[in-house]
Amino acid sequence: MIDKTVVSPTAAVADVFDGATVMIGGFGTAGMPGELIDALIERGASDLTIVNNNAGNGETGLAALLKARRVKKIICSFPRQTDSHVFDALYRAGEIELELVPQGNLAARIQAGGAGFGAFFTPTGYGTLLAEGKETRNIGGRNYILEYPIRADFALIKADRGDRWGNLVYRKTARNFGPIMATAAQCTIAQVRDVVPLGSLDPEAIVTPGIFVRRVVPIRVAQRSAA
Amino acid sequence: MNRLTREQLADRVARDIPEGAYVNLGIGLPTLVANHLPRDREIFLQSENGLLGMGPAPAPGHEDPDLINAGKQPVTLLTGGAYFHHGDSFAMMRGGHLDICVLGAFQVAANGDLANWHTGASDAIPAVGGAMDLAIGAKRVWVMMDHLTRSGESKIVAHCSYPLTGIACVTRIYTDLAVIDVTPHGLQAIETVPGLGFAELERLTGIPLINAIAPVTE
Repeated sequence: MIDKTVVSPTAAVADVFDGATVMIGGFGTAGMPGELIDALIERGASDLTIVNNNAGNGETGLAALLKARRVKKIICSFPRQTDSHVFDALYRAGEIELELVPQGNLAARIQAGGAGFGAFFTPTGYGTLLAEGKETRNIGGRNYILEYPIRADFALIKADRGDRWGNLVYRKTARNFGPIMATAAQCTIAQVRDVVPLGSLDPEAIVTPGIFVRRVVPIRVAQRSAA
Repeated sequence: MNRLTREQLADRVARDIPEGAYVNLGIGLPTLVANHLPRDREIFLQSENGLLGMGPAPAPGHEDPDLINAGKQPVTLLTGGAYFHHGDSFAMMRGGHLDICVLGAFQVAANGDLANWHTGASDAIPAVGGAMDLAIGAKRVWVMMDHLTRSGESKIVAHCSYPLTGIACVTRIYTDLAVIDVTPHGLQAIETVPGLGFAELERLTGIPLINAIAPVTE
């Protein structure tokens, strides 16, 4: 019997290694897999390359991972926010590398990674600082830049419910990067509010089919609010 | 000279959004437009973080941390609204499916070049978000901004001195002084605030404008 459920976040991230590339879902804190990140901090893996839309908020979640100095490089679209002081200080001190990517190119590069493309031409960013040094092409009268896929060793994402085969559904705008990151990592680990019996998720409404998910970690709400 | 307040400017922009339009409102000033959309029109607001049919802010106490807008503020979903992932959200932008996006700006150039993501200052931490995708993707790109900087310099310029967000992408500029279309022939002023004549607008703007201001009919 296939059961992808892993009861403890600690066990779920036990094989994240030094130097790994780790995608972390979320837009701000919506969809950020807080308990998996806490377990990753506890695990102690360092020199990580992190892919996320932002660069941490406040002192928890991704910001805490940065503060613990486990991150060598971050690939993101919008690091600077009112509460990104942990990242801001590391960046100003030259202690973290930043690869800034327009948000849609970030999403498309992740999708390309998951879908097996070698590269793609995108109009976004053409003629800007963020296209410097990149190949360009005029296709049908429009200018494009060449962008390459992003793949990861691990993706840590947050969904609402999952089953033992790894099928996932999400909640509201916490969905954001979860479904696309799930496709682009060697090992996708999803924390969910509830693991439900096989067959209770409507097959017409499953957002992430289980083939993209290696581990499903139930995080009870009581546990979540205590964290 | 009267200047539009932020709310008046938001109201002016909202008047031009037609029934049935799919619209993305950028973070900051453009977010105010949502509060001024005419109630008798069905308009679809898209938010880059995976939301179509975005509604107003929730009543106090009804905020849901899983339901936010691009500025990470709590919002609601209208009946008939939908959630989707980031790949689909940016396909809506890049693929030309949005009718209008409204963006803030540091500068707009005479040819429609837009600068709104980075001052270029060496100590600034750059952040781009979805600005570049919106700038090149929406069918119509409207900028909403103050006409002048705090020190009185025009934000409408011959060439942007700040790093560009997109090339020749802006189609219309709404400021606290005027409404200006970006056309193949140049910048065309179509409206000014009461008490501001074309010549004075052009002087304040500092670059040549075309006068297409309709005579007052009231």
